[in-house]
Amino acid sequence: MMPSTPTVRPIIGLEIHVQLQTRTKMFCGCPVRYDAPPNSCVCAVCLGHPGALPVINRRALEYAVLTGMALNCTIARHTKWDRKSYYYPDLPKNYQISQYDMPLAEHGSFEFDVDGTTKRVRIKRAHLEEDAGKNIHDTPGCTLVDLNRAGTPLLEIVTEPDINSAEEAYVFCVELQRLVTCLGVSEGIMQKGQMRFEPNVNLAIPADGSECRTPIAEIKNLNSFRSVRNAIAYETQRQLAAWQEDPEYVHGRRPNENRGWNDDRGVTEYQRPKEAAHDYRYFPDPDLVPVELTDAMLEATRALMPELPVARRRRLVQQFRLSPKDAETIAEHRPTAELFECVLAAGGPPETVGKQFVNVWLKLANDRGAAVTDLGVSAERMAELAQITTEGIVNKTAANQLAETMLTRPAPPRQIAEELGLIQVQDQAATARWVEQAFAENAQAVRDAMENPKKAKAAAGFLRGQVMKLSGGKADPKLVGDLIEKRLAGG
Amino acid sequence: MAANLDAAAVRHVAHLARLNISDAEVALYAEQLSRVLGYMEQLGELATDGIAPTAHPLPVVNVFRDDVPVEPWDPQRALQNAPQRQGAFFRVPKVLDQDSA
Repeated sequence: MMPSTPTVRPIIGLEIHVQLQTRTKMFCGCPVRYDAPPNSCVCAVCLGHPGALPVINRRALEYAVLTGMALNCTIARHTKWDRKSYYYPDLPKNYQISQYDMPLAEHGSFEFDVDGTTKRVRIKRAHLEEDAGKNIHDTPGCTLVDLNRAGTPLLEIVTEPDINSAEEAYVFCVELQRLVTCLGVSEGIMQKGQMRFEPNVNLAIPADGSECRTPIAEIKNLNSFRSVRNAIAYETQRQLAAWQEDPEYVHGRRPNENRGWNDDRGVTEYQRPKEAAHDYRYFPDPDLVPVELTDAMLEATRALMPELPVARRRRLVQQFRLSPKDAETIAEHRPTAELFECVLAAGGPPETVGKQFVNVWLKLANDRGAAVTDLGVSAERMAELAQITTEGIVNKTAANQLAETMLTRPAPPRQIAEELGLIQVQDQAATARWVEQAFAENAQAVRDAMENPKKAKAAAGFLRGQVMKLSGGKADPKLVGDLIEKRLAGG
Repeated sequence: MAANLDAAAVRHVAHLARLNISDAEVALYAEQLSRVLGYMEQLGELATDGIAPTAHPLPVVNVFRDDVPVEPWDPQRALQNAPQRQGAFFRVPKVLDQDSA
């Protein structure tokens, strides 16, 4: 992944565009819909007709403030809107409404864990703007334009260049998606272009006692986590090779450049020198009055702040002793994590609840392509299943079967277990009889278990399985194991 | 103080505005735009010490709209002034070399 010289340090900043999940556009009441017929969600404002006036979507502003707060930013008390010159037909006004010198949020930071280490990335700014429509280039000789997306609220988040590897960039993007979906400000669906990433990449290379830096490449419009990782990994190697080839390939002596990621070929491709694109001639938009955020507005927004994913995962590990992996799985979606905590609040023993939640309930949900919150099993019943499993009233295997039955039957788990005959048999004598029968029917396995060191372990496992089978899954696996061991030892 | 916009600056601005102008026009606009800028520079004579910068001429802030959809236009209406269309799409000359917003 990394360049061969271990001391080469990639310097990576990210620009991320996040579509906010408002019902209407940023500056007009047109509905935001992904799959509507072309040009069916447009009006005078988002078509850029003369005289049409934009009005700020209050919800979009709240979402942006909430996200800025979650990113530990200073929220501007006074902010305004600027026009950024734009020359493509997917924004027909000839400018994009954005925020230039007074962004809504600045000077934040975002912390997350990479390979067990906490990484902190400073957030330079976050500001609101409007998305462009879609230019469709598949007809020869012309471009077709659909303006449904034009004017969709976008939050642009810009990091400081604090990221030092493709993997860190990857995890940052994954964690940012978790953050915005947890906040409920964006669905964060990559396939619908709701999050787009633009890494700025260059290298610091130690040379002749000092450090030289390669020109900065901005990789445009990546729309998957995988492409972020692959594009940065490729770009760091490319820059190192370019510098090794040409000692003048250094920041300040060669131009910064825009590059595009070619996913099929797995390479970044040169587009143009970056300077050429950068004279946007921003000026204040006279059609929009400034925003003054009052204490009351900020307090009201802050009250919406949920526990954030990174913090929740850490707490699940500390408070309930979940494995980091299980905590990550459970905290992936906010409703899932909230259900999990309801199961605990309903009295489920944490360790069993943790295991059953991941291995039973989430698995049942995945198999059905549903969310665990849509299984129709209440937190109380999940808690009861964990309780009777912990108490040994049913064993783990029976609990799986029981859980599946609970999807279709509203009765209490214990009652279902009784009806299905899944109550674990603690009876020594009965268990001993199943063991005896299993030994009688599987003489070869018994010999292997006693005499063949290579096969002993597998044979004992086979015998345990046979006993469980004879018991109809009702035997206590621990008791079965003990009895088999005793018998094999000649007891 | 007279502003002086030279030919290179005019060409740069014309390029940014995607205007193709002749050498004669460059000379003409350099002279005209210099006069416009010079006129604007009179504002520099005002004493603005102690006056807070404003981004908007109106003493109004926080004009918001609730996030409630309104009926959008029918696509036929949206497209009716388009010089060219194809189905429900606006049709424009081929866009090359787009650098997204």
